[in-house]
Amino acid sequence: MTETTAPHKDPSWLARALDSDIWHSFKSSPVTMLAAFVVLVMTLAALFAPLIAPMNPFDPAQVFLMNANIPPRWMNGGDPQFLLGTDDQGRDLYSAILYGLRVSIFIGVIGVAIACTLGVTLGLVAGYFGGRVDSFIMRIADVQLTFPAILIALLIDGIVRGLLKSASREDIAFGVLVVSIGLAFWVQYARTVRGSTLVEKGRDYIQAARLVGLPAPLIMIRHVLPNVIGPVLVILTINVGLAIITEATLSFLGVGLPPTQPSLGTLISIGNKYLFSGDWWIVTFPGITLALFVLSINLLGDWLRDALNPKLQ
Amino acid sequence: MLAFILRRLAQSVAVLLTVAIIAFAMFRFVGDPVNQIVSLDTPAEQVEQVRKDLGLDKPVYIQFVRYIGNALKGDFGQSYQFRQPVTKLLAERAPATLELALMSALFSLIVGIPMGVYTALYRNGFGAKLFQAVSLIGVSLPTFLIGILLIYLFSVHLGWLPSFGRGQVVKITDNWTTGLLTLSGIKALILPAITLGLFQMTLIMRLVRAEMLEVMRTDYIKFARARGLKTRVINFGHALKNTLVPVITIAGLQLGSIIAFAIITETVFQWPGMGVLFLKAVQNVDIPIMAAYLMMIAALFVLINLFVDLLYAAVDPRLRATIRES
Repeated sequence: MTETTAPHKDPSWLARALDSDIWHSFKSSPVTMLAAFVVLVMTLAALFAPLIAPMNPFDPAQVFLMNANIPPRWMNGGDPQFLLGTDDQGRDLYSAILYGLRVSIFIGVIGVAIACTLGVTLGLVAGYFGGRVDSFIMRIADVQLTFPAILIALLIDGIVRGLLKSASREDIAFGVLVVSIGLAFWVQYARTVRGSTLVEKGRDYIQAARLVGLPAPLIMIRHVLPNVIGPVLVILTINVGLAIITEATLSFLGVGLPPTQPSLGTLISIGNKYLFSGDWWIVTFPGITLALFVLSINLLGDWLRDALNPKLQ
Repeated sequence: MLAFILRRLAQSVAVLLTVAIIAFAMFRFVGDPVNQIVSLDTPAEQVEQVRKDLGLDKPVYIQFVRYIGNALKGDFGQSYQFRQPVTKLLAERAPATLELALMSALFSLIVGIPMGVYTALYRNGFGAKLFQAVSLIGVSLPTFLIGILLIYLFSVHLGWLPSFGRGQVVKITDNWTTGLLTLSGIKALILPAITLGLFQMTLIMRLVRAEMLEVMRTDYIKFARARGLKTRVINFGHALKNTLVPVITIAGLQLGSIIAFAIITETVFQWPGMGVLFLKAVQNVDIPIMAAYLMMIAALFVLINLFVDLLYAAVDPRLRATIRES
């Protein structure tokens, strides 16, 4: 991350990006390019689900119960109207997967954004100020590290259920999930950022900024943050995959999203009930979608970790 | 050395105390415990009596001390949904979960270590690449999906193994049952143990591979080669032996998270363990069970961590030296 200011005119950002080490490493790894392609296509498909999907699975006027459990189009008894068949409520599975993927990605990204903001802020504060603030924040982090993220998310879910009346549960399910994931994943960011902040704090440019009399928040955001953000990007990528798995797991366990606004996890949970009656498609297609998306994100994360690691270059 | 032990003990107690405060706060402030116990038409004086019996009329710090005192005696109060002591409910289900956790830990070691050794020794071979790819897929697949997949393949399609329950169990003592002594019990254990252990298996495989690659570069391995020792002796007697300390540490530390992750596996396979109990508690806001489970997992983690740290200090002379210096 050394940026030397050349005397001649700087090339455009695009030219600089195309000449960077990261782009070269990206181009030389076919697996990474394939993974990036899959993530891109699936994200776009999810984003434009209302335009692509043959029907809106959330619209009761388009869903008929008599269409329930129809097998995929190419099988005996399949209906050309439903490419991948239908679920137990007569929803077109293909449309439901597109919408479900949309919900899953949405929750994963917002949940990780909360975790990242919280963790980076606390990590900066802990590393920059040190002393009591530091040990207080890091002790909390230590205690939380003793529990797997899924357990934290379950606990928060249970507590929120207890604090709020159950009648409004379906309306708040989305918010509860996002906050649970945010609170379950912040520790890793805080520890990473604190570590690099401790290193940066001793550098001359920070001392200079202090001598000029800049306020602490400004120094942290303008000067420390850009220099500690590299490793955060790697955690961010891998965490989106983890968050989507966590959301799917919570929904599968019945404490996530209700069947009326299904994510991929909810769809798999519905499909699981029909596994024994031979209606394999309800669980298989959402399952494949989830696995493919998370696998691609993990591949991207692995690549990014190696590409940003100066020891390997 | 003594100072180190004392400091580690103090840290453990501090962690447990923090978790106890959280557990107590949940019990005390998430919903009114009294409302959960009495019904709507209970007379007012009886409600007051319940409040007094629970000690809720006293100041909060006295309540906390009382809560800790009871917890130390193994009393976590009554479950709201079952109207039974939480400790009894947990103790009834503990054998099922522990059996599952131990079997999956064993599975992950028995399969993970050889796979790790193999991928390290023949790291450019086809088999190694295949194992690596499978392990990445294993990490990306959520536990519940693996469980569903195994059920579909081995229970629905092939009909070899049962898809739910513990099979026939044998009573060893009053509150300890085991499925390991009957054929149906062992058959019922296979799929859940694989489901739960698969993630740890990939973890152990990657760890053994990395450690083996590291060790194979060292001088004493080269020297062993120069002495003309058999490859098998070098690989397993010299190299693998030296990778086992970190592997066993990680496996030990993972035991706690295996028990926590059992929640998912138990749900998929309708395994009558503590995880299912905890999940029901979350769904029905049964705070006493949630609090007790939280404390139990924390105690388990802290104990394992403490044990591993002390064992390290006892085994590794280099670590002892750095402790003395600091």
